[in-house]
Amino acid sequence: MQMPEPNGAILAKKARIVDRLQAVLPAGAVIHDEAETRAYECDALTAYRCPPLAAVLPSTTQEVSDVLRICHEEGVSVVPRGSGTSLAGGALPTADSVILGVARMNAVLETDYDNRYIRVQTGRTNLSVTGAVEADDFFYAPDPSSQLACAIAGNIAMNSGGAHCLKYGVTTNNLLGVTLVQMDGTVVELGGAYMDAGGIDLLGVVCGSEGQLGVVTEATLRILRKPEGALPVLIGYDSNEVAGACVSDIIKAGVLPVAIEFMDAPCIRATEDFAKAGYPDCEALLIIEVEGAPCEIEEQLAKIKEIALRHNPVELREARDADEAARIWLGRKSAFGAMGNINDYMCLDGTIPVTELPYVLRRIGEMSKEYGLEVANVFHAGDGNMHPLILFNANAPGQLELCEAFGADILKLCVEVGGCLTGEHGVGIEKRDLMSHQYTPADLEAQMAVKDVFDPKWLLNPAKVFPLGASDGHRAAALAAE
Amino acid sequence: MAEAVAGATGPLAVRGGGTRGLLAEGAVLETGGLSGITLYEPGALTLVAQAGTPVAQIEAALEAEGQMLAFEPMDHRGVLGSVGEPTIGGVVAANVSGPRRVAPSGACRDCLLGVRFVDGLGQVIKNGGRVMKNVTGYDLVKLQAGAYGTLGVLTEVSLRVAPKPEASVTLVLEGLSLGDAVAAMSRGLTSPYQVTGAAHFGERTLLRIEGFEGSVRYRAGQLSAMFDGARIEEDAAGLWAQVRDVSGFAGHDAVWRISTVPGRALEMVQGLDVDVMLDWGGGLIWVAARGDVAGLHGTLQQRAARLGGHATLVKTPDPALPRFQPEPAPVARLTQGIRAKFDPRGILNLGIMG
Repeated sequence: MQMPEPNGAILAKKARIVDRLQAVLPAGAVIHDEAETRAYECDALTAYRCPPLAAVLPSTTQEVSDVLRICHEEGVSVVPRGSGTSLAGGALPTADSVILGVARMNAVLETDYDNRYIRVQTGRTNLSVTGAVEADDFFYAPDPSSQLACAIAGNIAMNSGGAHCLKYGVTTNNLLGVTLVQMDGTVVELGGAYMDAGGIDLLGVVCGSEGQLGVVTEATLRILRKPEGALPVLIGYDSNEVAGACVSDIIKAGVLPVAIEFMDAPCIRATEDFAKAGYPDCEALLIIEVEGAPCEIEEQLAKIKEIALRHNPVELREARDADEAARIWLGRKSAFGAMGNINDYMCLDGTIPVTELPYVLRRIGEMSKEYGLEVANVFHAGDGNMHPLILFNANAPGQLELCEAFGADILKLCVEVGGCLTGEHGVGIEKRDLMSHQYTPADLEAQMAVKDVFDPKWLLNPAKVFPLGASDGHRAAALAAE
Repeated sequence: MAEAVAGATGPLAVRGGGTRGLLAEGAVLETGGLSGITLYEPGALTLVAQAGTPVAQIEAALEAEGQMLAFEPMDHRGVLGSVGEPTIGGVVAANVSGPRRVAPSGACRDCLLGVRFVDGLGQVIKNGGRVMKNVTGYDLVKLQAGAYGTLGVLTEVSLRVAPKPEASVTLVLEGLSLGDAVAAMSRGLTSPYQVTGAAHFGERTLLRIEGFEGSVRYRAGQLSAMFDGARIEEDAAGLWAQVRDVSGFAGHDAVWRISTVPGRALEMVQGLDVDVMLDWGGGLIWVAARGDVAGLHGTLQQRAARLGGHATLVKTPDPALPRFQPEPAPVARLTQGIRAKFDPRGILNLGIMG
């Protein structure tokens, strides 16, 4: 992965930059010692590492604004960081950049049940937003698998999804307003606690902009009343095609489960060895969860069973209580751990139209043979968001590169069938150079035009999202304007 | 379309069905030639259509498969007295979202999966796609929903559609004051019974429940037990169409659409000589008045700015009044910057959004 050469002039004035940052932040909030900046050298995409020039941990919007203004004046790039759980390298630093971590900003600012919103500082973790309202039977819907650790700031940057977004939508559908600090230190309020934008939907474009338009320090999030209960059902099939057809029929029948999860044979076997959840040994497994009162759950499950039985399942297992429900989820929730246990893996997240599932799974199987690398599939089938896990050996020379080439081919396939490169992880550096497979130069120019407006100097989260070749002109123009 | 925009020598007024009373200055650019459903996959809940496709044609195609546009786009013809055929491009350009906004299915912008548009220089640009989860690059889809054609002429839109509910009933509460109505709607919306519509007009407060038959019966029973004197209306489709289309205000000279925090609805209209209808549990206020409304317009926009939200003049007796609420300076700078990028010559739909 090519990154721009560090700017020597910035490296040379490190001491001055650190001094200026220390002048506006409390003691201990500026990390500049080389041994300590190493803690920020990567996120969850650990194949790429680079310690930053420095890292800062501000506690207020004002401090964020001061940091950004100083960096803007000094021409220093800033890499915003939530909890560092990005799988796409969204928080990977460059050697001449300052990491701006929001971890110390984790307060709940306001909770309003009558009007169904919560306002938080964005360093707060996803799960602890729900934690703040759970005792009153409310929840925050988007639930990325990293929700124990990931910050709302990162969720907004990547427009994160989760298992339950089939019913509740992703971050952008549950975000009402933000306090955004622009690179020059300007603080703007976009949206509020009301349900739509006043002018053009700037909030809509900020969400999912991967920290390249500004730093979001506070967010107003929609909260919902918890359903009365939920239960999963497990259905096994002897082919991916049939399981895919079953998913499509369920959706078409008007049942809206909160989750439809799909696991293929390699994934079932690996998790069974690891977690011993008692899954049937079959080609494809569906775990479908529905919500409501007991009578409502029963009604929805009856419809799902009727459709599932039409496709001749090899197994159909219902959960009669919470214990059995937990057993059904056990394997699915252990899937990534199980894979990590047997091998290094790369997790992709391309999305495809649900109707293309059988074809895409078959093609991935064929490509797996061509590349000589195993693939396990575990994903959100209801919305077509795939998660192929390519297994490889990071210590064997050439395997990472082979794995990346295979991954790129899978993502190109997703685009070919009408899908996209990334459904919830974001582009980051990982998929940056594949962007031209999904978008024309004019499409990319239109996106970069938005960056020109919010961050004219192109200092925020550099070298992500857009292929370097495509953004060259914009970065050169920004430098020339200095 | 791209050639027409590229070759334009002056301002262009983009026109879909022309039913929403928002024709800008300049040469009229019709989207009607771009018509037709290009892809419809009921099993994937997605539909792609050219921007000039009549909404009625899309709704008929969906109806045949037992599906619908979950965001219930308003038909402006009744309240505005306009004629013509509403188009899907117009719906998207104005982010027209009906009563189901309170449910997780959300607004028009939440159901919009992808767009193709022609920018102010005549370049064709695509963003998003036809899948439900897509974070590939910046979300220009949201930016286009509700931009009223100022950031480009929409040529194709891709939408998430939804199954039509098997059953729908509405709980009706009679005679509540505006404040009590907001409180009742909040109770409904914060219950676990998945209310998909919460409105108040005339003397009636409505709470809608949709889904499978058994589930709807159960929830309607539970919800009624929460309120004194609740009545269950089996067929309230007509009432919800009135809410969606604001048809009760057809006889007024001026109609505003105010988006705010539900709990501030009362304060927003208190002491004013106006008629009021609430949707979105009070988060959407429709205000109607007769006669000279310039003073009232200023008052509503000031209150919206103070209480949080914005007031838009949807029906106006005076074309000189600015329809949209002025934005705070730093936001306005961003908006102007974006418009200058997408329409560098400054020719698209001038005057609509200021």
